[in-house]
Amino acid sequence: MTRITVNVDGTKYSDEVEPRTLLVQYLRESLGKTGTVIGCDTSNCGACTVHLDGTSVKSCNMLAVQADGHEVTTIEGLAKNGELHPLQTAFHECHALQCGYCTPGMIMQSCDLLKNNPDPSEQEIREGLEGNLCRCTGYQNIVKAVQQAARQGKESGQQSGQGDADGNPVDLNEAEQTVGATS
Amino acid sequence: MSHLSERPANPVVGQEIPHESAALHVTGAALYTDDLVMRTRDVLHAHPVQVPHAHARVTALRTQPALAVPGVVRVLTAADVPGVNDAGVKHDEPLFPSEVMYFGHSVAWVLGETLEAARLGAAAVEVDVEPLPAIIDVKDAIAAESFQGAQPRVERGDIEAAFDAAAHVFSGEFEFAGQEHFYLETHCALALVDENGQVFVQSSTQHPSETQEIVAHVLGLASHEVTVQCLRMGGGFGGKEMQPHGLAAIAAIGSRLTGRPVRLRLSRTQDMTMTGKRHGFHSQWRVAFDADGRLQALDATLTADGGWSLDLSEPVLARALCHIDNAYWIPNARVNGRIARTNKTSQTAFRGFGGPQGMLVIEDILGRCAPLLGLDPASLRRRNFYGPGQTTPYGQPVRHSERLAAAWDAVTRTGDLDRRRAEIEAFNAEHPDTKRAIAITPVKFGISFNLTAFNQAGALVHVYKDGSVLINHGGTEMGQGLHTKMLQVAATSLGVPLSRVRLAPTRTDKVPNTSATAASSGADLNGGAVKNACEQITDRLRNVAAGRLGVHPSDVRFGADRGGIISAIGGTGELIPWDELVHQAYFQRVQLWAAGFYRTEGLHWDSATMHGSPFKYFAYGVAATEVEVDGFTGANRTRRVDIVHDVGDSLSPLIDIGQIEGGFVQGAGWLTLEDLRWDNSDSPTRGRLATQAASTYKLPSFSEMPEEFNVTLLEQAHEDGAVYGGKAVGEPPLMLAFSVREALRQAAAAFGPQGTSIDLASPATPEAVFWAVEEARAAASGQPDDGHVTASSNGDHGVVPVQPHGPARHPESERVVGRQAVEPAGVRP
Repeated sequence: MTRITVNVDGTKYSDEVEPRTLLVQYLRESLGKTGTVIGCDTSNCGACTVHLDGTSVKSCNMLAVQADGHEVTTIEGLAKNGELHPLQTAFHECHALQCGYCTPGMIMQSCDLLKNNPDPSEQEIREGLEGNLCRCTGYQNIVKAVQQAARQGKESGQQSGQGDADGNPVDLNEAEQTVGATS
Repeated sequence: MSHLSERPANPVVGQEIPHESAALHVTGAALYTDDLVMRTRDVLHAHPVQVPHAHARVTALRTQPALAVPGVVRVLTAADVPGVNDAGVKHDEPLFPSEVMYFGHSVAWVLGETLEAARLGAAAVEVDVEPLPAIIDVKDAIAAESFQGAQPRVERGDIEAAFDAAAHVFSGEFEFAGQEHFYLETHCALALVDENGQVFVQSSTQHPSETQEIVAHVLGLASHEVTVQCLRMGGGFGGKEMQPHGLAAIAAIGSRLTGRPVRLRLSRTQDMTMTGKRHGFHSQWRVAFDADGRLQALDATLTADGGWSLDLSEPVLARALCHIDNAYWIPNARVNGRIARTNKTSQTAFRGFGGPQGMLVIEDILGRCAPLLGLDPASLRRRNFYGPGQTTPYGQPVRHSERLAAAWDAVTRTGDLDRRRAEIEAFNAEHPDTKRAIAITPVKFGISFNLTAFNQAGALVHVYKDGSVLINHGGTEMGQGLHTKMLQVAATSLGVPLSRVRLAPTRTDKVPNTSATAASSGADLNGGAVKNACEQITDRLRNVAAGRLGVHPSDVRFGADRGGIISAIGGTGELIPWDELVHQAYFQRVQLWAAGFYRTEGLHWDSATMHGSPFKYFAYGVAATEVEVDGFTGANRTRRVDIVHDVGDSLSPLIDIGQIEGGFVQGAGWLTLEDLRWDNSDSPTRGRLATQAASTYKLPSFSEMPEEFNVTLLEQAHEDGAVYGGKAVGEPPLMLAFSVREALRQAAAAFGPQGTSIDLASPATPEAVFWAVEEARAAASGQPDDGHVTASSNGDHGVVPVQPHGPARHPESERVVGRQAVEPAGVRP
């Protein structure tokens, strides 16, 4: 067993894990973060996508020990102070989901996409999300949702001037906040 | 009570609202079955012992070594089954088999404190086998006469006379692949026992009542001792209609034996190697046309590749036979069906349920024959549409067939097809190595379970004293938006705002004896039941309100301004808020809840003669797809898709359009990308599914999205036989994807001379398209190509397909095995 310390969704956890434990297993089974789901086991579908220090990773494709000392954001930590992230609102409003199983990963990947490219073309959205599979929607509404969030991000960024250098209004690197440990 | 399809003023149905669970999905709060494990104490994990032989007799099973593995608690074998050792309803599907019937068949299950312990335990179980010959390909099964189940026939008219008189006769064969469901959530069950040994199973199932029934018969319990709940599924697509039952039963046995909760969740590879898929089919056919290209006769024999056991193969085959006509009037028809038994997973329901397979056969025939008739494929299809008063080969009048033409013309117009075809002609003339084509194809799909008995549903509606409403119904939610529609139906029927209605998860102890959420019928059936329950309540409240408003009960109106206000025609103009009326009714001791029931009227079906009117109505749609094919590689892209689809008066337009888009893409996946490969070599891994993960099984992704995708709903499409005038939408749009396949065929043909008939494999992967292009090029270089179609003339009747001689219906074909005795009942359609 190896001790790791990880900040997940703004809470610091310190746990003993087997070195073979996948990050997604740690999130689900040790921390109860079931919002992050497992789809394919082979890192093809992206349903388990989370952020590691603000960058998207497939959590089935990474060991928990590799997250030691890092910050992880899951879909459960994306809303801030009870306010949904613009992508969450857009996926809801645009009916960009059906069974919902791919949705957390799809939103987390979209978030990464918009962070790097706040004003993507339709083609860039398609390419940016290519590593995430959805079996229900046919993808149309997912693209629309990302477009809507990007539009909204641009507008609010312009209005408030609070966006980052890229005009991205959303700060994903939350302040470290130690609440407790699970073990 | 109001007429079924009639909408009140200001209905909540018809509003564009997002999915009822969307807020939970976007925050990660939505719970799937496996998420409950983390909320349950002392759970044991189950792992299968899969045997790596396609066919073998088990000669010894030694479980002792597994028990030596730390953390292993118990190994489940056939000896542990207290009731019936069968995972299905036909006694041909042993839960713990003594004969391995497909590569990866599980013969035992290991329970461990952790999944890892169970996995190591399963690896330690020793299984001795005597390998047996295995049949993998459907053609080998046909040669070996390896069949199972009924061999039904649909027949009409005088086949021989029609072939005698025909101007053109063609014959051919066509074999096409099945499809893996690849719901993103794999199969999962979590079983618990209560203080008295009663069983509670949470399962990712489309058919909780049948999961309950199978768990009960495996455990030797009565149905009232077993409760099954389905919170929601991460996709189903038919794959969770029959397949969850045995898995739930394993978890339930484990829980009964250990007293602890048991979780059974399949890994992706286990799911793909152990559970059934869409049936691939083989077909042999001959077809007759008159001089104008009008269909005169079809003689076909379809062989469904059923895998190792029957499962739902018989009803799937029945639906295939009932859809081989698709949108076309075929005056003389003889269509035989049979089911091959092969050493593969037991193939099962998949969106369309045989309908797509039947329709693919006729669309393939038309696509191959059009060039041989000297006709444009679109023209050939259009001229063969059903007309007024015509009936299907199984005898059902095709009501509203004019909607085919309406949708076709709408797509032709809005898709600007004439202009684009001219552009494509010019493009193709200038590009020797890249070709484009547009194909337009219709869909007609019958709605209802073929088997009449399944067309019933129940609902339970509670109105609490504070006026809030809780509904339960027998249908399950797999993403299709059924719960959303049911909330809309309840709010409309009660005349309250949507926010006053909540929906509770599907449970067998709330609504019993439900049918599978399948056959696209979920909203029609359960909506009818919810509406019925709500109207029982409003009829009682109507009397309370009438007394207070001083009017006749029939003059009371619910739901003014969608605000939950009760008003009256005439009277004093007084308005009563819903909550107040409910409160008052409670104090008058008026019952504020109701159980609703619905049965689809007007259906009849004789499965022995394959004749009747099994469908309440037909759903129609038309799609036009433009593709571009690269002549060097067969790689292709979908440039544009235009769809007009008939959903009646949509109950929920956002939901319905989502179903159309998703169904189309899934259909395109089946026809152009998804390539199931079984090892049919004579190596030791014969029968192994080679494509057992998303890394080797290609699913539609963002990359294959149509570059432009226009979906509209057919206008003026009220359906007076269904709740609030809407139509089923789950399955029919899948078959709009025939347009992609036919466009690929036409684009490949464009590499050859005019009139080249192309035999295109299915799935039409880029590789298959490349070979089709080569076929066309061979024709261009002087080797005439007939698309492997045999053309006959001078009264030659073509190659007559094999006429099966098995019984049209087996005694067991429509029986469900009860706990103790075989009782007449029903299987699905």
